Amino acid sequence: MSILIDGKTRTMVQGLGRDGSFHAGQMLEYGTDLVACIHPGRGGSSFQGIPVFNTAQEAVEETDAECSVVFVPAPFAADAILESANAGVELVVAVTEGIPVLDMSRVVRELDELGTRLVGPNCPGLISPGKSKAGIMPGNIFRQGPVGVISRSGTLTYEVVNQLTLAGHGQSTAIGMGGDPVVGMKYNDFLRLFDRDPETGLVVIVGEIGGSDEQDAADFVSRNFSKPVVGYIVGRSAPPGKRMGHAGAIISGAESTAEAKVGFLRENGIPVADTVEQIVELVSEGLGGRN
Amino acid sequence: MKLEEFQAKKLFREHGIPAPEGIMVTSAPDARDASEKIGFPVVVKAQVKTGGRGKAGGVRLAGSPDEAQEAAEAILGMDIKGYTVERLLIDPALRISGEYYIGITVDRKRKIPVMMASASGGMDIEKVAAETPERIIFQPIDPHRGLRGFEAKKLAFRLFSKKKRAMDTSFIMVRLWQCFNDLDATLAEINPLALLEDDSIMALDAKIVLDDNALYRHPRMEDMRLPTPSDQKELGAKSHGLSYVQLDGEIGCMVNGAGLAMATMDVIKHLGGTPANFLDIGGSSSPEKVVHAMDLLVSDPNVRAILINVFGGITRCDDVANGLVQALSGIDLDLPMVVRLTGTNEEEGIRILSERGINALKDMTGAAREAIRLAREGGGAR
Repeated sequence: MSILIDGKTRTMVQGLGRDGSFHAGQMLEYGTDLVACIHPGRGGSSFQGIPVFNTAQEAVEETDAECSVVFVPAPFAADAILESANAGVELVVAVTEGIPVLDMSRVVRELDELGTRLVGPNCPGLISPGKSKAGIMPGNIFRQGPVGVISRSGTLTYEVVNQLTLAGHGQSTAIGMGGDPVVGMKYNDFLRLFDRDPETGLVVIVGEIGGSDEQDAADFVSRNFSKPVVGYIVGRSAPPGKRMGHAGAIISGAESTAEAKVGFLRENGIPVADTVEQIVELVSEGLGGRN
Repeated sequence: MKLEEFQAKKLFREHGIPAPEGIMVTSAPDARDASEKIGFPVVVKAQVKTGGRGKAGGVRLAGSPDEAQEAAEAILGMDIKGYTVERLLIDPALRISGEYYIGITVDRKRKIPVMMASASGGMDIEKVAAETPERIIFQPIDPHRGLRGFEAKKLAFRLFSKKKRAMDTSFIMVRLWQCFNDLDATLAEINPLALLEDDSIMALDAKIVLDDNALYRHPRMEDMRLPTPSDQKELGAKSHGLSYVQLDGEIGCMVNGAGLAMATMDVIKHLGGTPANFLDIGGSSSPEKVVHAMDLLVSDPNVRAILINVFGGITRCDDVANGLVQALSGIDLDLPMVVRLTGTNEEEGIRILSERGINALKDMTGAAREAIRLAREGGGAR
């Protein structure tokens, strides 16, 4: 098991530009069941043997795709997400960086009404190791196993996962939920799914400065979550008012500092690592010898 | 992108929100002329993109041309939380009988815009929110429908019981939403929203933060950019696809990815060192980007050692190492440097770097410790 995607998830890619075509190829190589690509003007052609359509609606009608990974450039990405959701896919993964926040606010509202799940935007996507990848994560650092990973970041997720894998702790599903102020699914949405997933034995939450999602997650864990959780929060050295790369990573109030988040997690019984190396130690303890 | 008060007030007025018609000046003689044009008393206000300028002495009342000029001389060049005052806004000083607060931002939890209103205006609203949250009222805004008249009216009647005051305020609220929405702002705030002695309602201060991701569809806003010296360096970095924030430590950091960059800074701090900057060179690190990034680090006189931390994912570590070698061969570096490389094919990547005499490690904590040691040894003293 795993959450959201597995080897049977019929997946399509929207936007066959430089990044989209590269990562569509990488996803195929990883074993993702890629059934369609969408690129306006290239309908009727094929990409590495996969049919290309002009619109999401045609792609879904022809292939029953249930997940779409969006690489469309920022000015057109919000519409691309809506296009897939309205065509009936169940999960949209928006890799695109730089979508205006009010666009995303409107998109999220509409997707909620449609009942479509959204991961991202500005995210590396997700991977269920050994089964499927919907996004841009480097597949070869992942191993199948019991650790669920939820993060707001990209390379930091890889860093954490790489250390886990080297220590023998494989992953059930790893998700980069995105670094923007408004994103689709958040920690709690994934935790709910991880709680029901028999393969997942422990979840690592990788957080950062900005907002209060980590506090919401800690609150959720203390009430509704039956498995051990390990936390890690970056941005302890960040000054207030400066945006640290991610649009969402900015200290704008007392609760959005790293200290506040670390404190809140610990108060709710979640061990928090100071360094990536410590995450591995805490995961080993939390799993109690199970890998 | 943060706008200064005089810019935000102009945009407010364009959207039908009453705000004083002040004059922006950059010198004390001009401040004098402006105050005479406006008529006394005037208020002389430092234009800086940070809060707390009143406490810092950046806002003064002036009752005569001499006082206006004196106030301007005192405020221009003043340092307010790291910002040097280069511009002043000369506004008419108005007779106020009450101060209120209204603002719109995007609520990350609800994922929609929200209007906040409070009868405790004129104060630091963060402080009000932290200490007396019951004094702030919230109205979520449907991003498709916008703030509607009846929603604004409901809020306004919680600030004012008199019909005229409440209705005037509700119109301002709806216009503030229109301004926020039209400009793709992430914050639009009036603090204080003042009740004047003549019973009118007016925006006495104005704050607008624009969404950087939406600037492409507001070319006019780009013309309003007034960079400060530290902004300029950050903007220059942005034009090369780099995300840079200058701090005041001694270890210059270059990292691929924002989260990993923060983690790197944290490890340095955790080990007792001080990071000189945040610098994200992006997921794929081309040799050209590395060269530009190195220029940024070297131009900071506080930097005593450089730490490069790269995760090689889709781009394998051996390719990253070759790119680094290529980039670094063209740079004449007089600072000690440590490269930390991890991910796919890390052993091979480290071998390539080590063969070229580059100090390369695969362990992040170890690399940070080494960079701190080198900085302390004074190898990079300049």
